[in-house]
Amino acid sequence: MVTTTDLKNDTVLQVLWNVKDPEIDTVSIVDLGMVEKIEAENNHVTVTLLPTFLGCPALEIIRENTRKAVQGIPGVAEVTVDFIYSPPWTSDRVTEQGRAGLKEFGIAAPPRHLEEDGSWHVDCPYCDSTYVTMENIFGPTACRSILYCRSCKTPFEAMKPVSTLM
Amino acid sequence: MSNTEKVLSVEEREAVKALLFQLADDDFLFSYRASEWLGLAPHIEEDVASSSITQDTMGHSAMYYMLLENLGAGKADDLAHLRPAEERRNSVLTERVNGEGYYMDTPQYDWAYTVVRSYFYTQAKKVKIDSLRNSSYEPLAEVAIKVNMEIYYHLMHWRVWFEQLLSSTEDAKVRMTDAIKLVMADFGDVFSYGDQKEAIERFDIIATEEDLEENWILAITPMFEKLGNDLPVVPKNAERNGRNGEHTRDLVEAIATLSEVYRMDLSASW
Ligand SMILES: [Zn+2]
Repeated sequence: MVTTTDLKNDTVLQVLWNVKDPEIDTVSIVDLGMVEKIEAENNHVTVTLLPTFLGCPALEIIRENTRKAVQGIPGVAEVTVDFIYSPPWTSDRVTEQGRAGLKEFGIAAPPRHLEEDGSWHVDCPYCDSTYVTMENIFGPTACRSILYCRSCKTPFEAMKPVSTLM
Repeated sequence: MSNTEKVLSVEEREAVKALLFQLADDDFLFSYRASEWLGLAPHIEEDVASSSITQDTMGHSAMYYMLLENLGAGKADDLAHLRPAEERRNSVLTERVNGEGYYMDTPQYDWAYTVVRSYFYTQAKKVKIDSLRNSSYEPLAEVAIKVNMEIYYHLMHWRVWFEQLLSSTEDAKVRMTDAIKLVMADFGDVFSYGDQKEAIERFDIIATEEDLEENWILAITPMFEKLGNDLPVVPKNAERNGRNGEHTRDLVEAIATLSEVYRMDLSASW
């Protein structure tokens, strides 16, 4: 994340911790690694975000929630929220706190390693068992897959790994 | 977008726009046809998977329309919904119906056709995206890097279906072989830039038609060798070239349906 050296940026970052993924209320957009840049000039704040998936319908909600949150800071007159595509968002941008928040919600954090054939492995977010099977690489949202834990017999979701090496 | 964007000459800007219309309309029509499968896919997991792929693909077309909007071509939503068939630049392959019937009625859609079209189209898209990642037009290169990560999963998905159905029962093989013939009959304009060939190829926005086609054949060869099937042949000249606005009745009907709600209230914010 790049921030200009302005005291205001810390304040902005503070409120962005409260902007959650609209579908996962335990993870903020900061922890998802979506916040690329915060710039404050006088009382105009520009927040630059990276979209996770291009077709994600939550993006406009995130834009609006971000705008509202920053607008609420005393002294802020104008807020601009931009989405950019370079650098691309990748799943390794999710922070440790973000990974913990996902697990708390019952979603396995994105795996850090891909096998040579493109396959990957995560553990069950409920019982930490490694004995899981992939049910559907495509889940209820663009960024998630559906898996099944053979140990605790629970279906769960995992955040898909996304990397520039693909 | 990038602040260091170079200033384009008029010719280059027009060439970029011509290509963007082809890319945008391709993904838009392809995802529209895929969306008609919603609730009708062979099983529930496939319904989830193809809906997710469709949503991604619609997102890709929206990005291309947005790049067009940034180049002054008009509002992205209008470009997607309001242009009549003769102004569309998608490949004829992407506009074809999924099969007999209408989805609100009693559709008899052809899954084999959808699997073949989706695999061949997505592989063609992959070949184009690989080239676009090095596009001379920086905003397009940036989008291509992002799209590339998403179609990785799409391609994997359609490859599995293609391989499994072609290694399945006799009935499945016959249906798949028929579908390959149908799809390839429409493949003549997939790598074509139509009457914009010279302009698009001049500015290194994307590879030549010939290079793309060659890379596509190379990419599908291992699959066909493994299955023991003859490699498909890309027709030399398209019967209709969608890149020049030559389309079928299917496209006229698709546009009427997909723009129905949008046309109801052009001032509404979606
Ligand atoms: Zn478990």
